Amino acid sequence: MQHRGGAVADGAVGGLVDDLFRREAGRLVARLTRFFGTAQLDLAEEAVQEALMRALREWPFSGIPDRPDQWLYRTARNAALDRLRRQGTAKRLSRDVIMLAEARLQDSSGHVFAREIDDDQLRLMFICCHPDLPPEARVALTLKTVGGFGVGEIARAFLAEETAVAQRLVRAKRRIAELKLPFAMPEPDALPVRIQSVIDVIYLLFNEGYAPGEGDEVIRADLCGEAVRLAQLLAAHPVTGTPEVSALTALLCFQAARMPARGDGAGDILRLAEQDRSLWDRALIGIGLAHLDRAARGDALTALHLEAGIASCHAAAATFKQTDWKAIVGYYDLLLERAANPVVALNRAMALSMAEGPVAGLRALEAVAVAPSLRRYYLLPAARGDLLERLDRPGEAIAAFTESLALAGTGPVRRFIEARIESLRARLPQAVSGG
Amino acid sequence: MPRFAMILSETPQTTPGGSPAEIQAMLQRYADWARKMGQEGKLKGGEKLAFEPGKRLRKEGARVAVDGPFAETKEMVSGFFLIEAPDYPAAVEIAKTCPHLDYGTIVVHQIDEMRG
Repeated sequence: MQHRGGAVADGAVGGLVDDLFRREAGRLVARLTRFFGTAQLDLAEEAVQEALMRALREWPFSGIPDRPDQWLYRTARNAALDRLRRQGTAKRLSRDVIMLAEARLQDSSGHVFAREIDDDQLRLMFICCHPDLPPEARVALTLKTVGGFGVGEIARAFLAEETAVAQRLVRAKRRIAELKLPFAMPEPDALPVRIQSVIDVIYLLFNEGYAPGEGDEVIRADLCGEAVRLAQLLAAHPVTGTPEVSALTALLCFQAARMPARGDGAGDILRLAEQDRSLWDRALIGIGLAHLDRAARGDALTALHLEAGIASCHAAAATFKQTDWKAIVGYYDLLLERAANPVVALNRAMALSMAEGPVAGLRALEAVAVAPSLRRYYLLPAARGDLLERLDRPGEAIAAFTESLALAGTGPVRRFIEARIESLRARLPQAVSGG
Repeated sequence: MPRFAMILSETPQTTPGGSPAEIQAMLQRYADWARKMGQEGKLKGGEKLAFEPGKRLRKEGARVAVDGPFAETKEMVSGFFLIEAPDYPAAVEIAKTCPHLDYGTIVVHQIDEMRG
């Protein structure tokens, strides 16, 4: 008789694919929600959690099954059915559900199967990003149910209290049950609004992970990865893959591609000019370019198209200096034509300083500086400091960076500014040594 | 080479929970340990026990009393590994390296080979 434990002794409990459980958790919740309905999101999540815990208890002894995904699916499905039976509500449901689930498992091979899972995830994403849910709950709910993130991880990423995140999730799920949302793609007339809401959530999700901040670094990188994955999912579907979604996907791919080069390995930020571009993820840039191409089909020119255009200029440039700054200024001009935005104007001033020189940049910056909303924005004096440094005016640059430091939070941003002040001090004209 | 049973238990209090990624990380620790022990020839097998408190049988006069389910706080045996070691101290040293100690307890018993 084959000793099951032999798998253990042979070391067959090898490595698991990175993110397998997180990825599978999202897929499984989506699949179970298809069978049990959106009012039973809790049931689906609990059943999935139970399946993962079972894997933790069994796989060390039995080895990893040949198809971990199917093992987890069967276990989660059975756990959900057990819970339903215990709740006493399963009497009517269980037979149909089991039959349906087993029928699905029968033809669970090949491309159709993978595609179905993707579609289930999309449906769940549309539920989690529903415009009738509180906006602040949409991101957390998407991360939890579609992304397979834990409450603690979400709290760490957003520097929020775990209890606050948990409460937000509970309320959102209650609202979904009240709204009796069907587990289906939005109706055609509602589609534009619903897609916009999903785009907003994905964009926010990415920025939360991307902006230099104080949350857990590993989790924040995972947020970006998840945002890219969800955007790709949305872009791949014939109904939801609109030009704007393609533009979003292109933008996120370009930004994410630069992430490996952003840190100096010691937790500090490297500027675009200082980054080792050989560390950029060329494959991801390639995917981004393909999406940018798709985004150009049709007449739509959204803000995301312009942002993706700017990001593509950076991604395509061999060096910082060789960047097509003129094109970038042009994209910023178009963005500002659509809506006045001081932060965009600030970025435009910096791009202009590269295209036409620091004097032009400084002049543009002065026009931006009057915006009241930027009064406490640390990047404004930091930008001025950068330009003054390039004009070889270290004393004024130090003053500007010191001003920026007073507005900056803590962590890497602060260290970054401090380092720049430090390097500028060395460039100050040496005081005449007194006797 | 003497063989030992490493019996792994946990209580609901020590049972780990966490996000899917955290659960996978824990599982990976067991997997890494098992692989290492397997490669070193120390791990010979293992069995998972059903995750339930089990039944305890005991004779009370003429009848057999069966305990269980036990109170929530009782330890549950989750499974056992078979390991090989020259002696008890060496077996205990192997058990000390098992990540399970972060989540529960381990009992090591030498297997009596003096049969027949």
